[in-house]
Amino acid sequence: MAEEMNISCARPAGGPIVETQDQTESITQSTTTTPREVKPMIQVGHKAPDFIAPAYQQGKFINVKLSDYFGKWVLLCLYPGDFTFV
Amino acid sequence: MSIDSVFVHKMWDENELSKMVEGGVPFPMLSDAGGQIGRLYGVYNEEAGVENRGRFIIDPDGIIQGYEVLTPPVGRNFSETVRQLQAFQHVRKSKGTEATPAGWKPGKLTLKPGPDLVGNVWKVWQTKMAFED
Repeated sequence: MAEEMNISCARPAGGPIVETQDQTESITQSTTTTPREVKPMIQVGHKAPDFIAPAYQQGKFINVKLSDYFGKWVLLCLYPGDFTFV
Repeated sequence: MSIDSVFVHKMWDENELSKMVEGGVPFPMLSDAGGQIGRLYGVYNEEAGVENRGRFIIDPDGIIQGYEVLTPPVGRNFSETVRQLQAFQHVRKSKGTEATPAGWKPGKLTLKPGPDLVGNVWKVWQTKMAFED
């Protein structure tokens, strides 16, 4: 599923996968356009936007693609930061 | 997933989380440096430069069935997340023939929507059932 990655001094970063790129752009531009043109970012009952992100899991650095996990139930959790308190 | 790098995730897991969870965090700890994915999911906090507490339940077809977003100081209720997950799994297993009323937990009564149930929910389901275990 997820392949181990080579680590260098560059800080690895991921992001949305191509077809969803347009959506991100429209979101960042949405402040200057009319509200009618604003695309809702997330809606229940709709497809989860795909992305790829570097990850740490059990001693290894890997790249995780969300769609590789389709077929299973996925719980995607975001939080403010490591070493914070809650 | 947070804006921290995978290197910080490693340090956090090794130095703190593994002291709370035996063997450390079992699932992938994702890095969203720059917040691009957080923005895509509508949970990136531009003022603070961090992700809000977003939680998304994604089914095997890749469909978002539910989400919850909290500001940073309040933690989630994980048992409610598990309850929702169990309810979505139950509904999926029934191929949509069953629905789970408020406060449903595994083993409790489900409803089978259909013409006969219209206006008759009160006969099979009482409000107090929402608060029972």
